[in-house]
Amino acid sequence: MERTEKIMTIVETQELTKTYAGTDVLKNISLTVEKGELFTVVGPSGSGKTTFLRILDLLDPPSSGKILLNGVEAPSSEQERLALRRQIGMVFQQTTLFNSSVHDNVTYPLKIRHQNENEIQQKVSATLELVGLKGFERRKALTLSGGEMQRVALAQALVFEPELLLLDEPTANLDPRNATLIENIISHVNRKSKITIVMATHNMFQAQQLADRAAVLREGVLVGVGKVEEIFGKPSDFLASFARLDNVFTGISHIGEEGIAKVDIGAGLELEAATTKTGKITVFIRPEEIILSKSPIISSARNTFKGKILQATDFNRNVQVKVDIGKEFVVLVTKRSFQEMQLNLGAEVYLTFKASSVHVI
Amino acid sequence: MNAILEGLIKAFGLLLSLDPEVYSIMFLSLRVSGLAVITAAIFGIPCGATIGLREFVGKRFLMAIVNTLMGLPPVVVGLFVYLLLSTSGPLGPFQLLYTPTAMIVAQLIMAFPITIGVTASSVDAVGKGLREKALSLGATQWQLTTTILREARVGLLTAVIVSFGAAISEVGAVMIVGGNIRWVTRVLTTAIVLETELGEFGIAIALGIILLLLSFIINLILTQLQWSGLRR
Repeated sequence: MERTEKIMTIVETQELTKTYAGTDVLKNISLTVEKGELFTVVGPSGSGKTTFLRILDLLDPPSSGKILLNGVEAPSSEQERLALRRQIGMVFQQTTLFNSSVHDNVTYPLKIRHQNENEIQQKVSATLELVGLKGFERRKALTLSGGEMQRVALAQALVFEPELLLLDEPTANLDPRNATLIENIISHVNRKSKITIVMATHNMFQAQQLADRAAVLREGVLVGVGKVEEIFGKPSDFLASFARLDNVFTGISHIGEEGIAKVDIGAGLELEAATTKTGKITVFIRPEEIILSKSPIISSARNTFKGKILQATDFNRNVQVKVDIGKEFVVLVTKRSFQEMQLNLGAEVYLTFKASSVHVI
Repeated sequence: MNAILEGLIKAFGLLLSLDPEVYSIMFLSLRVSGLAVITAAIFGIPCGATIGLREFVGKRFLMAIVNTLMGLPPVVVGLFVYLLLSTSGPLGPFQLLYTPTAMIVAQLIMAFPITIGVTASSVDAVGKGLREKALSLGATQWQLTTTILREARVGLLTAVIVSFGAAISEVGAVMIVGGNIRWVTRVLTTAIVLETELGEFGIAIALGIILLLLSFIINLILTQLQWSGLRR
């Protein structure tokens, strides 16, 4: 029995600690990832998710503690680490591609593994089809849109058929269409190709939708690990540890006249949500599902609020805008539309989102 | 204005008349600067790449020295090489003073730091993200190095273009170590100085125009390569 368990466990970390400049970025992380599962590491930014993935990819050594891959402790010699790393694919949060064609970018991992040309062409073609970039072969990778670039990065990490795929915030900074596309690909490779996936995300909704199990990190400490239903089904004071997560609010829900739930989240704000739950609930609105406009827009969306821009931060092709509507909301808009609207800090704006965008967690 | 026009007409006259002396001067210019730049590239690109690729204590200090040497005054280089090669100098026995070899050495000393400096900064500019990407995709150290050089390819060609520009247009060093000897060490720049001193402005301007044309053709080829590198 014990033997079977060992074979099933692909990643095991024991008391993993990473210290940078005297600060513990990760503290005593012990967990296991089973073969074939989609495991997610959830936590706000700065909680150590990226550091954890980098250690799993054997890019950085831990300061102390062990990492076991397929039951074998990660070696210290660079050559042996490389051999193991070649079984692991990683997609970084910041998309970086080579200054060459899409085809050459995706071919790269196979060429450095000295695979034969026929095999290379076959695998590249199948992988590009999988990520929906068939026909993009000759395009220059650096001229693609953010979503397309991220899909090329995903293709690079998948083309050599890794045993383990590490994804660091794969859909952060992407528009909803591309985010959904990438989520579908992730789900597909996990279910159909049986690739074990460890995905870091600050997006609880995404974690809940995609993953089998989740680990929750807060300031480098593992505060919970288990099945997603267990993790996200816990009382809201536990979820309060996500305080730094975007657009998560706890409030009291009651069913209004039209049969639609109204959630009072305080500060005079009442959100309409597509739920039948009443009482104390926690809701979450994806930043990319909120429409930002300079004047109120007429639409079927049930929630419209007026607020002021507090902060705007550039992320690749998107701008993350923090808006105060009584509570702080985070909205993701493309850089182009942000510029076209000529918005400044302190500008008055309207936030609009559907009742179905208010997800209950 | 007349002098320039006269020079222009003379330049084409000289080129079309297939004047053997003019062609000998032209080819010597190309040979000296070309060999200096190629040698600088062979040794300078690996040196610059090593500096750009590695993180070590004193890297900034070293780069400051390289950057200073990129602006080496040609006459100072000429003087230094002269002292090395003169009969009483340490390399005197080789009897290289007043030969094209001495001129190549002088221009090499000028082109070398330029090649190192531009290469190092273009390799350094290939971000950490890209290096980690290559490593994460399974690159060995050697594959990582070739990947970074490939990413920095446009910068590497810039290194060659800039050092060629410095070499072909330089006069102080080749004058001192070459001596501007007719048919032996006379290159376009030293010939221009001589003709100007003799008051032969027409020929001087003609030679100047030939120098510019030559430089333009070489740069056109290199720039073409650079752009095709960008497109790939």
